[in-house]
Amino acid sequence: MNSDKITKAVLFASSFVILLIAGGMIFSLAGGAIPAIKAFGLKFIWANTWNPTEGQENYGALPFIAGTILTSIAALLISLPLSFSASLFLGEYFRGTRLARILGTMVDLLAGIPSIVYGLWGFYVLRPMLIAVGLPNQGFGIFTASIILAIMIIPYATSLSTEIITMVPGELKEAAYSLGATRTEVIFSVIVPSARSGIVAGYILSFGRALGETMAVTMLIGNANKIPDSFFGTGNTMASVIANQFGEADGLKLSSLIAIGLLLFLMTGVINSLGKFIIKKMG
Amino acid sequence: MKNFALLILTVFLFGACSNSSSKKSEEKSTSSKKVTLTAAGATFPMPYYNLVFKAYTAETGTLLTYGGIGSGGGIRSLTDKVVDFGATDAYLDDAKLAEMPAEVVHIPTVLGAVVIAYNLPGVDDLKLSNELLEKIFMGKITRWNDAALKANNPGLTLPDMEITFVHRSDGSGTTHIFSDYMSKISTNWADNVGTGKSLQWPVGMGAKGNPGVAGTIKQTEGAIGYIGSEYAFAQKIQTAKVQNSAGNYILPSIESVSAAANAEIPADTRVMLTNSSDPEAYPISGFTWIILYKEQSYDGRTKDQAMATVSFLDWLISDEAQEQAEKVHYAPLPASAVEKAKAILRSVTYDGTALLK
Repeated sequence: MNSDKITKAVLFASSFVILLIAGGMIFSLAGGAIPAIKAFGLKFIWANTWNPTEGQENYGALPFIAGTILTSIAALLISLPLSFSASLFLGEYFRGTRLARILGTMVDLLAGIPSIVYGLWGFYVLRPMLIAVGLPNQGFGIFTASIILAIMIIPYATSLSTEIITMVPGELKEAAYSLGATRTEVIFSVIVPSARSGIVAGYILSFGRALGETMAVTMLIGNANKIPDSFFGTGNTMASVIANQFGEADGLKLSSLIAIGLLLFLMTGVINSLGKFIIKKMG
Repeated sequence: MKNFALLILTVFLFGACSNSSSKKSEEKSTSSKKVTLTAAGATFPMPYYNLVFKAYTAETGTLLTYGGIGSGGGIRSLTDKVVDFGATDAYLDDAKLAEMPAEVVHIPTVLGAVVIAYNLPGVDDLKLSNELLEKIFMGKITRWNDAALKANNPGLTLPDMEITFVHRSDGSGTTHIFSDYMSKISTNWADNVGTGKSLQWPVGMGAKGNPGVAGTIKQTEGAIGYIGSEYAFAQKIQTAKVQNSAGNYILPSIESVSAAANAEIPADTRVMLTNSSDPEAYPISGFTWIILYKEQSYDGRTKDQAMATVSFLDWLISDEAQEQAEKVHYAPLPASAVEKAKAILRSVTYDGTALLK
C-alpha cells in the first residue's frame, strides 16, 4: 500500500470512530431514558416536581430546564457588554497593538481556566462579596451562578466576535472614512452591521456552552430542585442535577436523569447547529 | 444499566487508586497470595474504611480498593456484581432484598452519628428540641432569633440572622439516617417529607456529599445542616445538642453513640438505631453495613477470592479493627452486634460449604 492509501484509510477509520461514538451516545441516552418516558410521557418536560422519596417517586424536568435557561440567558446578558467591547478593542480599535496582544492573551487565559477553579473562586471570593451587598440565601442562587457563567463565556464570545470583526474588508471602512465618518460611526454603521450575523452566531455558541456548564454552577446555584422563586433565589440546572444525583440513582430516578441528559444534549445540539447555520449563511 | 454502573465504577476506581487492577481473579494463578478486593458504596463510613483498609493491606498484603460512590451506588454495584462487596448506610428492606439476583447478607461494621452542625460564631451548646428540629428543617422557623429558639436556649445570644438549611444534593445514606430520625419524632415530617436516601426538601439548599455540606456550613454564617460526625469534628464545626427520647439533650460522642446501640439487635442486624430509648443515647445514630452475597461462588469467582472476602470482613469486625474506630470518631460495634455479624459471616458459603469455621 502506498502512503496515500494508508493516510486515507486512517482518516476514514478515525472519522468513522467519531461517528460511532456520537451515534452510540445518542443511542444509549435514548435507551436509558425509555423507562422515564414510558412512566411520565412528554409531561416529563413541563412537570414541576422532583420527588425522589421512595414510594412517591415523581419526576419532571421543568425546574432544571428553567434554571438552565435562566442562568444561561442571564450569563449572556451580563457578558454581552464586556465581551462586545473587548472584541471591538481587539479587532478594531487597538488591532495589532501591544495592548491588544496582552488583552488577547488574558482572554485566552480565561478560556483555559478549568470550570472547578471558577467554582472555587465563586465560592470563596464572589459569594462573600455578594453576601456583603445583602444578597439573600447566603449568596447562593441563580444570580451568583449567572455571574460566574458570564465570566466563563466571555472568552468564547470575545474571540469569535473578534475574528469576525477583523474579517470586515478594509475597503469598506476606508470608504466610510473617506466620506468623513468618525471612528465611532465607522464601527456602528459599517463594522457592526457587516459583522452582525457572525457576532450573533458567536453569542449563540457561547449560550450553548453556558447551557452545559456544570461544576462551577453546581457549587454556587444552591441545588434546590424547584423553579427559582426569584432571580436571586436558589435553583438547579440540568447539568448540575445530573452531576449531583447520578451516583445514588437507580431505577426510575436514574432513567429520569438520563432523560434530562438527552434533553440537554438535544438543546445544545439545536443551539450549536443554529450558530453554525448563521455563520454559514454569512460566510 | 449494568454498563452504566460499570462505567461509573471504573471512573471512580481509576480516580481513587493507581493500582486499579482487574478485580476478577480469573487471570491470576491460584498459588499467588496477592488478592485484590474491590468494594464501593457509602461515604459516611469512608474515613473509617480508609483507615482500616490500609491497615489490613499492610498486615496481609491483600489489596483493597474502595470507591466512595454512595450507598445507592454500593447496592447497585453489588447487584451488577462488579464488586466483591458493597457498603451502605441504609439496609436493604425485604422488597429490595427480593429484587437482588441472589441472597444478600448484611454485616454491620461500625456505629456512626449524624450530627446537626451549624455556624454561629460565639454561640456554643445550641440545644435543639424535637419540635425545633421539625420547625427549622420544614421552614417554619426562618431566623435564628426566633422566640421558640430563644426560649429553648435561655443562656445564648442568638443573632438576628436568616437560617440557611444545607442538605445533601445527592442521594445519601446520611440523609436516610437523618430523615428516619425526623420521621420518628415528627408525624408532620413523616407525612410530608418521609424517609429516604434523597427527598423532596421543603426548604434549604443542596451541597454534594458530606464534604460539600460540611464545607458550605463552615463557609456560611447562619447555616445549619446534618453531616456524618467525622466531617464535623475534622473541620471543627459546631454541633448542636439534640433531645433524645428520654428528653435529655445529648452531644454526639463515642459514648452517646454506643449507648444508642443498647437495643435488641435482630439476627440479620437490619435495624435502625435512631431515637434510641436509652436515656444517655445520642438519637441520630446508626450502623453502617457491608453487603455481600451469601453464596460466594458466582460469575466464576475463585475460592481464593471468596475466602479473602470473608476473611477480611471477619477481621473488620474483630477487636483489632474496631479499636481504631474511635480515632476517626466512630463508635465500635457492641458485643451483641459483633456476635451476630460473626454468625452471619459463618453462614457465607462457597459451593454450599461454609468458608469460615
